[in-house]
Amino acid sequence: MRRKPLTQNLTRDELVEMYRKMLEIRLFEEKVFELYAQNLVPGTIHLYAGEEAVAVGVCSNLRRDDYITSTHRGHGHCIAKGADLNRTMAEILGKKTGYCKGKGGSMHIADFTIGMLGATAVVGAGLPIAVGAGLSAKLRKTDQVVACFFGEGASNQGTFHESINMASTWTLPVIFVCENNLYAMGTRQSRVMNIQNIADRAIGYGIPGAVVDGNAVLAVYEVTQKAVERARNGEGPSLLEFKTYRQKGHSRVDPARYRPKDEVEEWLAKDPIERFKSELQQANILTERENQQIAKEISRKVEEAVKFAVESPYPAPEEALEDLYA
Amino acid sequence: MRKIKFRDALREALREEMRRDPSVFLLGEDIGRYWGGAFKVTEGLAEEFGDERVRDTPISESAIIGTGVGAAITGMHPVAEIMFGDLTALAVDQIANQAAKIRYMSGGQAKCPLVIRTPFGAGVNIASHHSQSLEALFMHFPGLYVAAPSTPYDAKGLLKTAIRGNNPVLFCEHKLLYPIEGEVPEHEYTVPFGVADIKREGSDVTVVATLYMVHKALKAANELDREGVSAEVVDPRTLTPLDKEAIARSVKKTGRIVIVTEDCKTAGVSAEIAAVVAEEALDYLDVPIKRVAEPDTPIPFSPSLEQYVIPDEKAIIKAIKEAV
Repeated sequence: MRRKPLTQNLTRDELVEMYRKMLEIRLFEEKVFELYAQNLVPGTIHLYAGEEAVAVGVCSNLRRDDYITSTHRGHGHCIAKGADLNRTMAEILGKKTGYCKGKGGSMHIADFTIGMLGATAVVGAGLPIAVGAGLSAKLRKTDQVVACFFGEGASNQGTFHESINMASTWTLPVIFVCENNLYAMGTRQSRVMNIQNIADRAIGYGIPGAVVDGNAVLAVYEVTQKAVERARNGEGPSLLEFKTYRQKGHSRVDPARYRPKDEVEEWLAKDPIERFKSELQQANILTERENQQIAKEISRKVEEAVKFAVESPYPAPEEALEDLYA
Repeated sequence: MRKIKFRDALREALREEMRRDPSVFLLGEDIGRYWGGAFKVTEGLAEEFGDERVRDTPISESAIIGTGVGAAITGMHPVAEIMFGDLTALAVDQIANQAAKIRYMSGGQAKCPLVIRTPFGAGVNIASHHSQSLEALFMHFPGLYVAAPSTPYDAKGLLKTAIRGNNPVLFCEHKLLYPIEGEVPEHEYTVPFGVADIKREGSDVTVVATLYMVHKALKAANELDREGVSAEVVDPRTLTPLDKEAIARSVKKTGRIVIVTEDCKTAGVSAEIAAVVAEEALDYLDVPIKRVAEPDTPIPFSPSLEQYVIPDEKAIIKAIKEAV
C-alpha cells in the first residue's frame, strides 16, 4: 500500500532526529523529576513534559545563529535549540559546571553560543527582549530570526501588546510562539480571558496568526517554517499559538488538582511523542527496534548528564560576588 | 575654553559615539526628526544618522527598555531615552530584573551595554508625574551603574564612558541642567565612573551634592565664603559605583558633612552617603551628619508648594551654619 508522505520537506533522518529530540526532552525531564524527589535539585522545577512537540517543531526550523528567548518552563527550549545535557543538568543542580555556573538554575538557563538568550522567570518579560534581538539582527543586516517562547498566561501582560505592536510596526524577524497549555499556574484560561484563541489577537497588530495543534510536531514544524521564512525574508513577525498541555503540575510536586481528571486523561492520550512515534512507524520511517535503540541511547546520555552534574562541585561561596559587571 | 550647554554636551557625546561605532543607536519616544527629544537632546541626530539609528518608538516604556536589552545582548550598543524619569517606573522590570541581572544570571555569558538616559528633578511646575528624583531606587539593583552628572563637561565625558562600557547604565539627567552652560574642550575625553570630583575646595565643612543640587551647593558655599566659612563641595558624579574614598577623604579633612540631594530623604541617596560616612569616617566627625533633601512628599504642582519641598540655597546655608 502506498502511504502518503508525512511531510514534503523533511528527510527521513530529519524526522527521526526530531523524534529523538522530543524523547531526549521527555527522558531528561523525567530524570529531573526523579532527582527532585531525591532532594538533589534545590528550589523548584517547572517541567516541560507534554509540550515537546512545540520546542522541537519550532527549533527544528532554526539555525544555530538564530535566537530564542525562553521562560521559567524552559528546559525543553534549551535542549531543542541544542544545549548540552551535561551543562543543563549541572545548572539545574546548582553546580559550578552548569551553563550559568550555578547562578541561574532551572529557570534561567542560557547558552549564548547557540543563540539561547536566556530564560526569564518574569512572565511576559522575554517578549520585548526578543524584539530587541530581532531589531539587532535587522540593524546588523543579518538574516537571523528570533523565536520567542511564552505561555498563554504571558499574553495578558502589557509586554505582549507593547512587543508585538513594536515588532509589527518595525517589521522585525520575530516569531512569537505562544505555548497555550490552558493553565497559568492554577488559573484556567477561560477564567481570565474572554477568547479561546490567543492568536486571534494577531489581527489587532496586522500580522499573521495561526492556531495549531501543539501536540502534532509536524503541524508545528510546518506553520513555523512559513513564519521563519517570512521573518528571514524581512516580511515581519507572526503570532503562532500551539495548543498543548503540561503533563505534570505547574511546579515542584504540584498535584494539579484544579484540572479535571478526564481532561488530563484526554491530553495524556494525545501525548505528542507517542503520536509522532506511531506516525513514524506507520510510515515505515521508524521500526520498534530503532525506537528502542534510540531510547537506550538517550537514557545513557541522560544518565551521563546526571553523573556529570552530581559529581560536579558546587561553586565556591565567594563566587556569588562574581559576574556582576563586564 | 569654549562654553556649551549641558544638552549640547550630551548631543555631542551621542554624535561622536555614533560616528565612532555603528553599533550605537538611539531609541525613545519622539527623539527623532519630528521632535528631537522632549528636551531637544537628540535634535538633529536623525538628520545625520537616519531614522533607523535614531528610532522613534511607540509609547511603550517596557518594550523600549526590553528592546534595548535584547539588542544589547546581541552585539548592539543602544541608548534608550525615557522621556521623564518618573516613567522609568513603567519599565522597572526590564531595568531591574532583566538589564541589571542578565549578566549575573547567565554566569557572566551576557554583556548588556544598554544606556538609559532619563531626566529627573523638579522645578518646572509639571507636578508629581514628571518631577520625582528616583536615583536611589536604581542604586538597589546590582549590575546596573548609575551616572549623575552636574556639568556639561561631566555629562559629555560620562555619557561617552557609559556608551563605551559593557554594562547597563541608568544615566540620570536633571531637567534644570539642560540649559546650563559650562566649559567643554573640543578635544576627545572621557570621564571615568566611580571618581568623584571636588567642585570647590574648602576646609571647614564637606558638602556632598548631586545633580542640580551641586549648583545650589556651590552658590551657598560662595555666599558663606564671605562670612568666613570654607565649604568643600564634592560631586560623586556616579552613584554606582560611588567614590566612597573621596567622600571619606574630604570628611577626614573637614570633620563635618552636609549632604544635599533632591530625592526623598527616606532611603534616599543622602541616606546611603550618610551610611558611608558613618562606616568610613565616623571618628573624624566633630558634629552629627546633616542632610538636606526632599521631605518625603510627591512633588506638588503650585509653584509655592513646589519651591517649599525642593531644597534651596537657604536650606543648604542653614544646614552648613548649624554644622560649623
